[in-house]
Amino acid sequence: MKAVRKQRLMLLLFIACGVAIASGLALTALQENINLYFSPAQMQAGEAPAGSRIRGGGLVVPGSVKRADDSLKVSFQITDGGGIVTVHFDGILPDLFREGQGIVATGKLDEKGEFHADEVLAKHDENYMPPEVQDAIDKVHKPGKTYESAPDAEK
Amino acid sequence: MKWTFFHRMSSPKWFYDFSGKCLPWVGVLALGCIATGLTWGLLFTPPDYLQGNSYRIIFLHVPSASLAMTVYVGLAITAGIGYIWKIKLADMAVSCLAPIGASFCALALITGSIWGKPTWGTWWVWDARLTSMLILLFLYLGLVALREAFDSKETASRACAILAMVGLVNIPIIKFSVDWWNTLHQGATIKMTERPSMALEMLVPLLVSIAGFYLFCLFVFLLRLRAEIISREQRTSWVRSLLGAKS
Repeated sequence: MKAVRKQRLMLLLFIACGVAIASGLALTALQENINLYFSPAQMQAGEAPAGSRIRGGGLVVPGSVKRADDSLKVSFQITDGGGIVTVHFDGILPDLFREGQGIVATGKLDEKGEFHADEVLAKHDENYMPPEVQDAIDKVHKPGKTYESAPDAEK
Repeated sequence: MKWTFFHRMSSPKWFYDFSGKCLPWVGVLALGCIATGLTWGLLFTPPDYLQGNSYRIIFLHVPSASLAMTVYVGLAITAGIGYIWKIKLADMAVSCLAPIGASFCALALITGSIWGKPTWGTWWVWDARLTSMLILLFLYLGLVALREAFDSKETASRACAILAMVGLVNIPIIKFSVDWWNTLHQGATIKMTERPSMALEMLVPLLVSIAGFYLFCLFVFLLRLRAEIISREQRTSWVRSLLGAKS
């Protein structure tokens, strides 16, 4: 390779490595800001600031959804396996909201560690299947299980 | 290693003749795959157990998002090669790829947004995947704008090559954003190492659709590149004789 080409190659490699390292450092430093939401474990550990607007996310604990009879008020618990946080919400839940579903709520933590949401978004997982498959799985397993628990998917 | 092949390939005239032979085949295959994939996916696959019919937008969304990233990787590698070896054809390819990539990136963002409203409950959220994809769109637009900002083709090609290399860092960020951070966007359905978490009767039309989009992208790319070759080489004798023969 001619010297001038080698020089240009080195320049490009230098730029690519430099940018990769710089953005790697920046993203690591900003780790917490880039995360869209706090997990229940983080909220319970006090990592989330109380009183300011934050997002919290986790799976809705089956059997924890309580709806008020006379209003849209609803409360449920979310978990990530490491902690459980109670969420209060007054509004219309997304269509995909159900027990066992991942959700992301925007709102504030109160001093009791309960989450008061003013917006609830449903987080969809990466599993897609026809309804008949889900019915077949439900017959074998408990309802609310996902595709991962299909017998042939077990490792 | 036979370097002569690469030398020949980098000649605009050889590439023009060669791509002219491939073009109709690529076009027909692209049309066939897209027609099959989309008809099958949109009309004949079963609905999703949870999302019902709204999931069907993935037959557009996934191919365009995948292409937006692949086109960028191809663009950056071509730009790097063109920068080091000063190959005219590589620079022409870079100038053709940027608008194509931008279109697919925009399509991915728009279809994702349309899917997000019924599924998540919001059009847009500033999570890592969506934001890094938006940055990719701006990178593409930046590449188009930067090229237009210079009078000299040489300076423009060098500046674009460096910007393309700098932007390459965004691609792994987009790809792994859903693994590295908490995002609203779900993880990858089609994975390199594991079996895809999607029923087979949905996966097959999706793969056909992806193949169709890639072929369509190649078709548009060759079409644009041929036009670019003619425009930049218009003073050479082979283009003159070609145009003279046609007119």
